[in-house]
Amino acid sequence: MRKRFGVFGLVLACALLMGFAVAQVTLNFWSWRTEDVAAYRELIDQFEAENPDIKVEFQAFEFATYATVQMTALLAGEGPDIVHVRAYGAFEAIAAPGFLMALDDKVPALADFPPLALDGNRLRRDGLVYAVPFASQTLVIYYNVDIFEELGLALPETWDEFLDTAEQIKAAGYVPIANGTATSSMNEVLKGVFAPSFYGPDFFDDIMTGEATFEDPRYVGALEKLLELAPYLAPQHQGVDYPTSQNLFVNELAAMFVSGSWDIANLRLQNPDLNFGVMAPPVPEAGQTPLVSWFLDGGFAVNADTKHLEEAVTFVNYLASREFGQLFTDLLANISPIPGVVSTDPLLAKVAELNQNSTPYIMLVGFRYQEPSGSVLVQERLASMLAGTITPAQVAKEVTEGIATYFEPFQNR
Amino acid sequence: MAASPRPAAPDTKRVRLSPRAGRTLWLATLLVPPTVFFLVFEVIPMISALIYSFYRWEGIGRVGFAGFDNFRRVLFEQPFQGWTINAFWNNVIVFLTLMVVQNGLALFLAILLGGNPRGTRFYQVVFFLPVTLAFVLVGFQWKLFLNPIIGLVNQMLGAVGLGALAQPWLGQESTALFSIIFVNAWRWLGFPTIVFLAAIRSIPQDYFEAARLDGANEWHVARHVTWPLIAPAVTIIVILTFIGSFNWFDLPYVMAGLDGPPGRSTDVLALYFYRTAFGETAGALQDFGRGSALAVLLFLFVLVVAITWTRILRRREVELT
Repeated sequence: MRKRFGVFGLVLACALLMGFAVAQVTLNFWSWRTEDVAAYRELIDQFEAENPDIKVEFQAFEFATYATVQMTALLAGEGPDIVHVRAYGAFEAIAAPGFLMALDDKVPALADFPPLALDGNRLRRDGLVYAVPFASQTLVIYYNVDIFEELGLALPETWDEFLDTAEQIKAAGYVPIANGTATSSMNEVLKGVFAPSFYGPDFFDDIMTGEATFEDPRYVGALEKLLELAPYLAPQHQGVDYPTSQNLFVNELAAMFVSGSWDIANLRLQNPDLNFGVMAPPVPEAGQTPLVSWFLDGGFAVNADTKHLEEAVTFVNYLASREFGQLFTDLLANISPIPGVVSTDPLLAKVAELNQNSTPYIMLVGFRYQEPSGSVLVQERLASMLAGTITPAQVAKEVTEGIATYFEPFQNR
Repeated sequence: MAASPRPAAPDTKRVRLSPRAGRTLWLATLLVPPTVFFLVFEVIPMISALIYSFYRWEGIGRVGFAGFDNFRRVLFEQPFQGWTINAFWNNVIVFLTLMVVQNGLALFLAILLGGNPRGTRFYQVVFFLPVTLAFVLVGFQWKLFLNPIIGLVNQMLGAVGLGALAQPWLGQESTALFSIIFVNAWRWLGFPTIVFLAAIRSIPQDYFEAARLDGANEWHVARHVTWPLIAPAVTIIVILTFIGSFNWFDLPYVMAGLDGPPGRSTDVLALYFYRTAFGETAGALQDFGRGSALAVLLFLFVLVVAITWTRILRRREVELT
């Protein structure tokens, strides 16, 4: 009897030990979303409840240093199992040297994702997808509903109406558009909101095939329109940076704010009472459909050197599931590219509606793969253009010449 | 009474070091940690940067030997060449302006304080106080002061009726770099002042008295007595300012941004190197090859100029005295 108990005890101990060993599989998951730690904890809790054998440690790093931290760790072979990666050029910088694992045959759900979303995490060299797309962003105009109502303003549809509205807002003592031009990347966002409706839906393809360059009249014309906005930006806009612009809008000193859909959660957080909406960019002529800039923000990838391949694949399959996408959208007010996810948030619904007529955010999607990147070239020059020191034609010429140093379709022209 | 014998030494086997060995051990204890630190954090990164600069990089992966191609690109290929030259000249402007504004003022203040006017100690503390603050802190604070909407500077100009002079200081190509240089001078003024003052105080008073007895006025005393005798301090300050100006990073990074806005007017070599090697989250990719090439060039330039210049200045010190 005693012996039998001894055997039973041994088996029990082994089982416990094994159980313990299984429960010890911990996946490290790195991200730059420091603001979203609590939400990711909730998303991971849902996964861990269904997969008690797998524990996921989520760690977020400051956005400005994330690329460096990630790069250093991957180079040293110390990278996390799950890597939150950016899209396009920044994604290729990690995927091309072989630090990530192709997911096409490991995550069946990817087959149903929209191709445009997958392209952001597709390695151009082999055509394979290396990350599960996590969110798309759309460039939009936010407006303060209360200020518009107070001044009796309707939402402008055409460019002329937009300028007229801005003029009325300015006359009433508010800042029409909160944006300044001191943060270079936000100048590209400003262009990304207003220019597409002027250069049109075919321009992106014409550029990528070399049918047109950035000196095309459509592009120069769109830049000239941007110049007309200068009087309606934040006062002394050359010295106003992104956080100050946000503050102007959040504190209801400005009636409009040009940014991306990523700012919805942040604006709500900074001022929960702010009554704001999303407006379509103005079109040249009445009756035209506004065209918005769209891009994939990034994806969830698996480290090619992970020691827990099976568990990591299980986890990214969860990250590609509708269940995850729905909770993700509900918690973080972000547009998930996962098919079937719907948002009940009115602002997100408006963004989704605008996405029906979108064009790729041109420099990020097309020209962030090599240096000098299109973004570097254009961001630097737009501030000078809006300050009046160079002309739109000069901007277009310098951007074209910079890109032509490596982009063959521009070289043969 | 016979002296009691000394108590026998306890029977433990203590290792007795000869004074020479003890001294060596003591020196080793002092020298090894900084040497290891220097090797790990200075020498090894320098060597790896040198190696990296000869390779071609694809994203964050090293893909092949590139010879001098990275150097050729940053020095001779557009637009990189333009950016390198622009950043270099900005460094030169930083150095020259700091020499005149910061160090010139420091010398003037040191000569004034050298005469021990009333409240000398108070002024010494006031001038030196900002030196104790972190550059990042000072940069962030001044960035807020210079903000055109919420900033103190423009509001104060407005309050005293000079509202017309209010400007987006950090947003204009004409004022951005000089605004940051001004903040640098504000923060660092106390250091050269103290160094000059210490040098002035080490000059025997008899020299000044002798000169004055011979009828020299204050200008003559400063020019022919003080200046030659503080030449070693001047050498140190010039070389430190040179090295500091060409490694200038924290202030422009905090106050303007990684891409040297507006229109690259605040771009300096260290920012340009960092942006190239580590990427700029809002637009640029990392390129370790070009970044390392820039770091190597910057290091060689600072090293060669600093050594040459130190030699020249040292020789001149001898000539002056």
